[in-house]
Amino acid sequence: MTAVTGTNWTAYDAATMTAREIYGRTLAQMGKTNKKIVGVTADLSKTTAIVHFEKAFPERFFNVGIAEQNMMGIAAGLAKAGLIPFASTMAVFASMRAGEQVRTDIAYQNLPVKIIATHAGISFGHAGTTHHCTEDLAIMKSMANMTVICPADGIETSKAVQACVDIPGPVYIRIGRGFEPPVYESEAYDYRIGKAITMHEGTDFTIIACGIAVLQSIQAAKTLKEQDGLSVRVINMHTIKPIDEDTVLESLKDTRRILTVEEHNVIGGLGDSVASVIAKSGKGCIFKKHGIYDEYATIGYAEDLYSHYGLDANGIIDQVRSMMGMEFEADENWEDE
Amino acid sequence: MPITQEERQMLEKTACELRLKIIDVMEWSGGSHIGGSLSCADILTILYFKYLRVDPGNPCWEDRDRFILSKGHAAAGFIPVLAKKGYFSEDELRTFNHFGSPFAMHPDSNKVVGCDVSSGSLGHGLSIAAGLGLGARYLGKSFKTVCLLGDGECCEGSVWEAAMSISHFKLTNVIAVVDRNRLMIDGKTEDVMALEPFAEKWRAFGFDVMEINGHDYTQLAEAFDKAWSATEKPVMILANTIKGKGVDFMENNVVYHYASADSQVCRKAKESILRSMGGM
Repeated sequence: MTAVTGTNWTAYDAATMTAREIYGRTLAQMGKTNKKIVGVTADLSKTTAIVHFEKAFPERFFNVGIAEQNMMGIAAGLAKAGLIPFASTMAVFASMRAGEQVRTDIAYQNLPVKIIATHAGISFGHAGTTHHCTEDLAIMKSMANMTVICPADGIETSKAVQACVDIPGPVYIRIGRGFEPPVYESEAYDYRIGKAITMHEGTDFTIIACGIAVLQSIQAAKTLKEQDGLSVRVINMHTIKPIDEDTVLESLKDTRRILTVEEHNVIGGLGDSVASVIAKSGKGCIFKKHGIYDEYATIGYAEDLYSHYGLDANGIIDQVRSMMGMEFEADENWEDE
Repeated sequence: MPITQEERQMLEKTACELRLKIIDVMEWSGGSHIGGSLSCADILTILYFKYLRVDPGNPCWEDRDRFILSKGHAAAGFIPVLAKKGYFSEDELRTFNHFGSPFAMHPDSNKVVGCDVSSGSLGHGLSIAAGLGLGARYLGKSFKTVCLLGDGECCEGSVWEAAMSISHFKLTNVIAVVDRNRLMIDGKTEDVMALEPFAEKWRAFGFDVMEINGHDYTQLAEAFDKAWSATEKPVMILANTIKGKGVDFMENNVVYHYASADSQVCRKAKESILRSMGGM
């Protein structure tokens, strides 16, 4: 069994449990030892799985009804009273419906509110565009004081949820709808917010991914090794902000070809953060941002959409192959200008 | 506790000094939301000098009562109260709006000592008050949270989301006050977007509504006494006020929602304040 076992609690079966289920259960366990943790939701207790915390601690859980703005304001007030609120709703509502409350009440005041947003990206594909969220990373990372995290699977969600309590300010953790296969086989690895993890070693090419794209990128790297003899490094950039600049620069130096993959608009997300690091370095690089290309996604079940938008292993392989065929512009051309 | 004659005189004198300081700030800052600062000056005075349990020597005291200026644009009225209360010197108010000052058109709780919550974007304060109320209850603390809203602010839907939740959670440790001066930037509240029947709306949302004259200290004291001892329903004090109160040429004049003034106008304003307060 692929398990999550925190310090004092029973293992959860990460192979059969969604990331949000693991989040809810992890939070309920954390509540036992940390009395400052409180929970809020806007009529999505079961959907976001914070219901596990609600059942364990009804006296410190508040469902405000379908009112996300109010939920974020109340979370800010709870933090002002000295508590550590976890606020859960869908990513689209956390980042946009309540966007100004997140910015003005929480980020501006630098309050320790932890926003755990589910159904991010196109994971709720069949719900239609009103319930997709390919903008949240861009929105959240542009708010000063905000830490932005996109875990690769349920185990990493549990680690991120545990680690975020130690961050003194606000944290945004985006997770999907669930049912994505796990990346990690156990929780026995070093997880630190802001420190990327190399999932697959490689010297020819680097894929920097987050969220569901991490597993797909690892599978792509394995296939590329077998079929093309390519040595592809895969980085799990679980923390989008602050971005791990050292790891990006190391990959830039070692491979000079970098692809970012994310379940987000290619504008404003992980890709742009990585691009900023590369641009600042002054080093040339074959670089591409892969994700949703500035459009509202079509309707369909998540796995069909991942395939359609090339966010699965096959799509990533195509991207890598096309980038391996690209040549660096010769330096002489620069001297002519 | 009912207000004594002596107390009333003390508060009126304090409010007069506060209004004069508000005019100073208007001049020093280069312009302020003068009308709405003057309309809530008596509410702020009675709160900070009679009701709120706060300690300027220990501004982060965790059992202190909280105050949220949800109508954050009245910072030019609120921040001078904090100075008068002793959180910082009144002389510092000279920096208002200037480069690097802690004081701006809207208050920043991370910069202004004694300010509990940053505000300025309307419709936010009451939700934060609800969160403080829920937090206090969970922690077993007895502090109150008073939230002062503008009447125009109540056009914001989020105010009513907060109202629903304060009523639903029976947060009698939250006290809501509306500075009902009947004017907003573009004109009369009833012309721009009608609020009436305003008291009925709050009652329908589950509040015990008290309609009072927001410049009368006897009525203010009665209302806050009741609010402080509420146990059944959360309280909403609808304080009927006059925008620009105390300065004759600013009263009920929408032009003075936000205005700047030179020293001559400020002198006239101060003369008017002193006249209206019986030459104190």
